Amino acid sequence: MPSQIIMPQLGESVVEGTVARWLKSEGEAIAEMEPLLEVSTDKVDSEIPSPASGVLLKILVPAGETVRAGTVLAWVGQPGEAIPGTEGGDGEAQRREGTSSVTATGPEKEAESATEGANGSTRPVTAGRSRDLGFISPVVARMAQEHNLDLALITGTGQGGRITKKDVEAYLANIQKQPAAQTAEAPLPWETPGEGDLFRPTEMVFQKSAGQEATRPLHQPASLTPEEQPAAPALPPGRLIPHTTMRRKIAEHMLYSVRTSPHVTTVMEADLHRVTAHYQANKRLLERDGVHLTYTAYFAAAAAQALREVPLVNSSWTEEGILIHPQVNLGIAVSLGDEGLIVPVIHNADGMSLLGLARALQDLAARARSRRLRPDEIQGGTFTITNHGISGSLLATPIIHQPQCAILGVGAVQKRVIVTSEDAIAIRPMVYLSLTFDHRILDGAAADSFLAAVVKRLEAWH
Amino acid sequence: MADKTLIEAIRQAMDEEMERDPSVFIVGEDVGKRGGVFRATQGLYEKYGPERVIDSPLAELSIVGVGIGAALYGMHPICEIQFADFIYPAMNQIISEAAKMCYRSNGVWTVPMVIRAPYGGGIGGGLYHSQSVEAFFTHIPGLKVVIPSNPRDARGLLKSAIRDPNPVLFFEPKKGYRLIRGEVPAEETLVPIGPAEISRAGRDLSVFAYGMMHEYCLQAAEKLAREESIDAEVVDLRTLYPVDRETILASVQKTGKALIVHEDNLTGGYGAEIAATIAGDAFTYLDAPIRRLCGPDVPAVPFSHPLQDWFMPSVEKITQAIRDLHAY
Repeated sequence: MPSQIIMPQLGESVVEGTVARWLKSEGEAIAEMEPLLEVSTDKVDSEIPSPASGVLLKILVPAGETVRAGTVLAWVGQPGEAIPGTEGGDGEAQRREGTSSVTATGPEKEAESATEGANGSTRPVTAGRSRDLGFISPVVARMAQEHNLDLALITGTGQGGRITKKDVEAYLANIQKQPAAQTAEAPLPWETPGEGDLFRPTEMVFQKSAGQEATRPLHQPASLTPEEQPAAPALPPGRLIPHTTMRRKIAEHMLYSVRTSPHVTTVMEADLHRVTAHYQANKRLLERDGVHLTYTAYFAAAAAQALREVPLVNSSWTEEGILIHPQVNLGIAVSLGDEGLIVPVIHNADGMSLLGLARALQDLAARARSRRLRPDEIQGGTFTITNHGISGSLLATPIIHQPQCAILGVGAVQKRVIVTSEDAIAIRPMVYLSLTFDHRILDGAAADSFLAAVVKRLEAWH
Repeated sequence: MADKTLIEAIRQAMDEEMERDPSVFIVGEDVGKRGGVFRATQGLYEKYGPERVIDSPLAELSIVGVGIGAALYGMHPICEIQFADFIYPAMNQIISEAAKMCYRSNGVWTVPMVIRAPYGGGIGGGLYHSQSVEAFFTHIPGLKVVIPSNPRDARGLLKSAIRDPNPVLFFEPKKGYRLIRGEVPAEETLVPIGPAEISRAGRDLSVFAYGMMHEYCLQAAEKLAREESIDAEVVDLRTLYPVDRETILASVQKTGKALIVHEDNLTGGYGAEIAATIAGDAFTYLDAPIRRLCGPDVPAVPFSHPLQDWFMPSVEKITQAIRDLHAY
């Protein structure tokens, strides 16, 4: 009896998924638990293992299609085995039913994968107009997918800077010559989580679009083919960036959060000279063990302990009452560049050492960038930290990640002149910490007591 | 091997086939004593006599009608239409009778007939001596459509066409009759109907053409390879129906770009079919839009020389089209 492969429900609110890639083709042998296909939802990619050994008998949903959870994607069985219900049976009907929702989201999905692929993901790239890279020809899309390429790294020499097939071939020839070079240049993912749109200052947004304008003028040369021309007659003139699914989700969530919680922000500053000393003393040591220590680990550790001390902050508003969460699950905002951001969660962070936190941060951020997070790793957060200081911001008022109670914004660490408790003038590494909280749950004093607890831990670090 | 012109190779093919098979005969306007207006049948009347090289009245319908009748009786007629422009009176015979005979008789009756017709412009022939008519016939299943572009193929393909059990339209690029020269093997060589030929292998883009335009494309490609290091692959389609899809697709899979050139006008032209084939079956190999360089959508090739030049794709226009596509 052949086994069905069904589209799993990758999260509580995730009702559909996209078949990103088949790792086996029809007729190919597969072992039990061997990865069979990759499935992506708006935020994460997952590998689906085969439930049985045998051969991949039939693929019902080709790569690129989006279907509802529960839809039959394929059959695995013994060679030559008949597939039940293929003659107008359940399988086919179920598949059709499942794909019916695709029509509405089709073009959007396509645009999403084109742009997301362009931003360095391993997801399939489709042909078409990419907002960052110009026109992606079918063959370039295919080569990028086959070789798992980040098209953003390839310099286009075609018309209008378009990436041509030759550019991809040249790039491939080049990386084959120096396979080690590519990993080194990308900065460690954790270093820029502050760029997310949660708090991005407007001047950054404008600066960005001004920069892009320079390379891609509003008035495009007449020789461009029709599919390259923006087709939006109703809009005023300008360059239209089509929405990706992630962009839409972020927008929806931002609006929902602002409508749901009365946001109030409180700010304190912390003297980090003890943290800095500890960091300098331990950074190299940990590096030797392959752990990349960052300041974020200290903020995470301080916040996790402070949440234990003031559990009211580690809560959610419900109609029945304020629900205090038994676990401290820290969400950490990780920027994915222009594409948006993602918030992987460190579960039970209050039980982890600094070393453990640093290790978890490094792992989650790296996998967030390479789209290898598991669905449960972006769920269940009870409190969020966003380190906007990495992009130079001193102070920001981020929006709460619902249904959490509060979010901690960490500014840039700057050396400033301060007056110490001994009335001496000193130069100290200082940071502004902002806590944006749901005023339904917390009063100002409670919020301040939490933030003070964070500051106390940082200042007294040993 | 002998160096021959296109028209000499065509004459040679007919001569060889008539000698081989007494059921092969020629019918057409001025094909007898006069030897044809282009001298394609020169000497054949003297050699095979008036019963095998028949001068017909000025009635294309009857030339083809006679051919179909004779073919049904087991003969192998070669019908010459003096200019492809004059083939229209015979359309009903070709489409309704010749093309459908095998199909409607379930293979019991076939029409082993060849219709030869010089086609194409650029010779100062004006509206009624310059037309390209291939697209009318490539639309009709039951016909084969062949257009040679060099003497070797002209001889080999015409011999295959004469031996084919079903009707073959054999269009000859008349501008190339004496312009195109090439080696023709001394021994008997049949060129099969169907396969296209890669006449110049290249990496950068694929150019698809036939007849006189193939000759121009080849010249343009050689020039660009020499002067601008653009390495274009040129594919001589040779048989338009049935077309060699595999060679076309393999070429595009290699180069990622396609240019189709014909002198027949653009809209509804044969190039549209090639473009659709590529878009349909090699889409994910494409690195650029499929381009067509064709005659403009005007009723006919003008008589005025400057206007004729405006109408006709030339080596210069093809060179520019290749250059543009290469730069895309």
